[in-house]
Amino acid sequence: MIAAVLSITLLGATLGIILGVANRFLQVEGNPIVEELLAMMPGSNCGQCGFPGCSGAATAIADGSASPACCPPGGKALATAIAAKLGIEVDLSGLSDDGPKIAVVAEELCIGCCRCSKVCPTDAIIGAAKQVHNVFREACTGCSSCIEKCPTEALVMRPVPVTLQHWVMPKPMAA
Amino acid sequence: MGFMNLFKHFLGDDWGVHPDDHKRPAADQPVRVMPVPAKLYLPLQQHLGGAARPSVLVGQKVKKGEMIAEAQGMVSAPLHAPTSGTITAVTEITAPHPSGLTLPAIILEADGADEWIELHGCDDPFALDPAEIGKRVADAGVVGLGGAAFPSAVKLIGASRAKVTTLVMNGGECEPYLSCDDRLMRDAAAGIVDGIRIMLHATGAKVALVGIEDNKPEAIVAMQAAASGFDAVQIRPVPARYPMGSEKQLIQVLTGIEVPADGRPADIGVIVHNVGTALALRTAVREGKPLISRLLTVNGNCASQPGNIEVRVGTLAEEVIAFAGGLKGDGLGLARRVMGGPMMGMQIPHWRVPVVKGTSGILAFDTVEVAEQEPNPCIRCGSCVKACPMGLLPLEMSSRIRNEAYGEAIDLGLKDCIACGCCAYVCPSKIPLVQYFVHAKGELAAQDRAKLRTDATKKLALQRQERLEREAREKAEANAKRKAEREAAAAAKAAAQAESVG
Repeated sequence: MIAAVLSITLLGATLGIILGVANRFLQVEGNPIVEELLAMMPGSNCGQCGFPGCSGAATAIADGSASPACCPPGGKALATAIAAKLGIEVDLSGLSDDGPKIAVVAEELCIGCCRCSKVCPTDAIIGAAKQVHNVFREACTGCSSCIEKCPTEALVMRPVPVTLQHWVMPKPMAA
Repeated sequence: MGFMNLFKHFLGDDWGVHPDDHKRPAADQPVRVMPVPAKLYLPLQQHLGGAARPSVLVGQKVKKGEMIAEAQGMVSAPLHAPTSGTITAVTEITAPHPSGLTLPAIILEADGADEWIELHGCDDPFALDPAEIGKRVADAGVVGLGGAAFPSAVKLIGASRAKVTTLVMNGGECEPYLSCDDRLMRDAAAGIVDGIRIMLHATGAKVALVGIEDNKPEAIVAMQAAASGFDAVQIRPVPARYPMGSEKQLIQVLTGIEVPADGRPADIGVIVHNVGTALALRTAVREGKPLISRLLTVNGNCASQPGNIEVRVGTLAEEVIAFAGGLKGDGLGLARRVMGGPMMGMQIPHWRVPVVKGTSGILAFDTVEVAEQEPNPCIRCGSCVKACPMGLLPLEMSSRIRNEAYGEAIDLGLKDCIACGCCAYVCPSKIPLVQYFVHAKGELAAQDRAKLRTDATKKLALQRQERLEREAREKAEANAKRKAEREAAAAAKAAAQAESVG
C-alpha cells in the first residue's frame, strides 16, 4: 500500500518537475505561424495593409482577423501562397483588377528635396539634394509611401508596363 | 515486352490527331525567291534566350552578312544584315506575337546593291575541331528553323559535352499547311545530308536518324538518294500523324526510348535538329554565310497562289503576301492571320509584322477554316485524353485551371504539356483546352517572377534597416565621443584655471 502510494507520488512529482522545467526553458515565444508568414511577406513595412508593418499584418492574418489578400505589394502570388500555407480559401477579386503599380518621378516637377528617398523602404529612389530623383523599377514595391511626401506632386503611381516577356495569355472565357 | 507495351500492342498506341494536311498544291510548286524589299525590320529577339544587343549606329552603312547585333548571355544569337544598306532606326515595332505588343528592332534600308561582306568559308569542315564548328555556327546566328528558334550552337556544344550518341533529324513537318521543309528536302537534299554529317562530326554522335512523315514520298526518295553512301545517315519514314515533329514524340518513334518527364533528350543521349537547320548550318560552316534568309510557306484558303518562298529575314508579312500573289478578293474573306503552323503558330494582329528566323509559314485563313464556335460544357468523353501525345488528362487540368488551382494542375502534369493543341482539336465541345494550359503556364511564370522580385526587395528592405541602425549607432558613438572630448577639455581648462589661481 505504502509502496504504491509512494511510487505514484514520486512519479507525479517527477513529471510535475519536468513539466515545470519544460515550461520555463522550452516556452514558445509567440505564434510560430506568424514567423513563417513574416518570412513570406515583402518585409518593407510599408503599411498599406493598415497594420503597423509586416509583423502586424502577419499576426492579423494568422489569427484570422485580416485577409491573406491584404498585402498589395505581395499581390496575388503572396495571397495564394499564404492561403495555401494556412489551408484557407482566399478571395482574390480585389487584387486582380489593375495589376501591380510602381512609382514614377515626373522629372520636370521634381525639385530634389530628398523627402521621398528618405521614406522609401527599399531604397528604390536615387538622387541627391537639388538633383532630379528617379525610381529603380526593379526595386520599387509599389508601396506608395513616397507619394504623400512629395511637396510638388512629382511622384505618381503608374501601372507596371506589360512587355513581351511579361505578357500572359488571358484565361479563356468559361463555357 | 513489358506489361505497358503489351497493353499498347493490343489497344493501339494512338496518340495525336490526323488533321487534313492541306500541304498540296503548295508543296508541289517550285520555290520562288523574293527580291529584297526596300526596308527590313529586324527584331533583336528572334530566338529563345537573351535578346541581341545592337552593335551598329543609326546612319551606319552595313554590308550583307555584317553583324548588326551581338549575342548577349549564354543562350542567345547574333543578328546579321540580310542585305547591304543603311541603318535608319533602332526602335519598337509590332512583334510577330498574339499579344500585339512591341519589341525593339533594327530597321535597315536596302541600297539595292546586295553586296556581301568578306566571307570566311571552310572547304573541309571535317578537319575542324568540334568546338570551332560550334563557334562558327554561333557567330552565324543559326537558330532552330523548326519554329522554336533555339540557338543551334548551344545545342551542338551541349551535345558534345553530354556524350550524345544519336542525332535525330526532324523532317516530320507534321503541322498541316506547311511544306517548306518538304520542299527543302526535295530541292536541297545533298546540302541537308552534308549539314547532317557536319552535325555528326560536331556532336560526336555515331548515327543520324532522319524522320520524315510518309505523306512526303518525294522528299523521302530525294533524301534516300542523297544519303546513299553515308552509312551514318539513315532516312526513316515515319507515319504521318500530328505532332510527329515534336521532339519527344519523334525520338520515341525513331529510337523507342522515352525522354523522362523532367529530363531533356540529351539525358538519353539524343539531340534533335530540324532539317532546315542542317542546311543553314552547312551554309554557315562551308561558305561562312550567316542566317539571313529562310524558306517559308504561304498558304490558307485566302492566299491566291499558295507556295514556298525564300524570304530575307525582316521582310514584312504584308510584302511577302503581295509577292506571293496577294489575297483572294483583296482579303475580304480573311478571318485569321497566322505566323507558323495552324496548330502551334501565332495569331497576329495585322500583316505589318516581320518574318523572323523561326517563321515557317504565313497563313491566311477564311471563316470556313477557322470555324469559330462557342465552347460548350465538357461532356467527359475522354477524346482529349486519347489524343494527348504526352499522356496527360487535359479535361481534368483545364477544370483545375478554370478555378485557378494551378498547383493541382501541375500535379496532373501541366509542366509536361507541349501545347500541341491536339486536345482542343478533337474536343467535341470546342473547349479551348490548349489556351487554358498556355494561360496557366504564363500565370505560373508570372508568379515565379513576382516571388523572385519579392525576395530581392526584401533583401533591400533588410539592408536599409541595417544601414539605418548602423548610422544611428555611429551617430550616437560620435556624439558620445565629442561629449567626452568636451568634458575632458572643460576639465583640463578647469584644472589649468585652478592651478593659475592657486
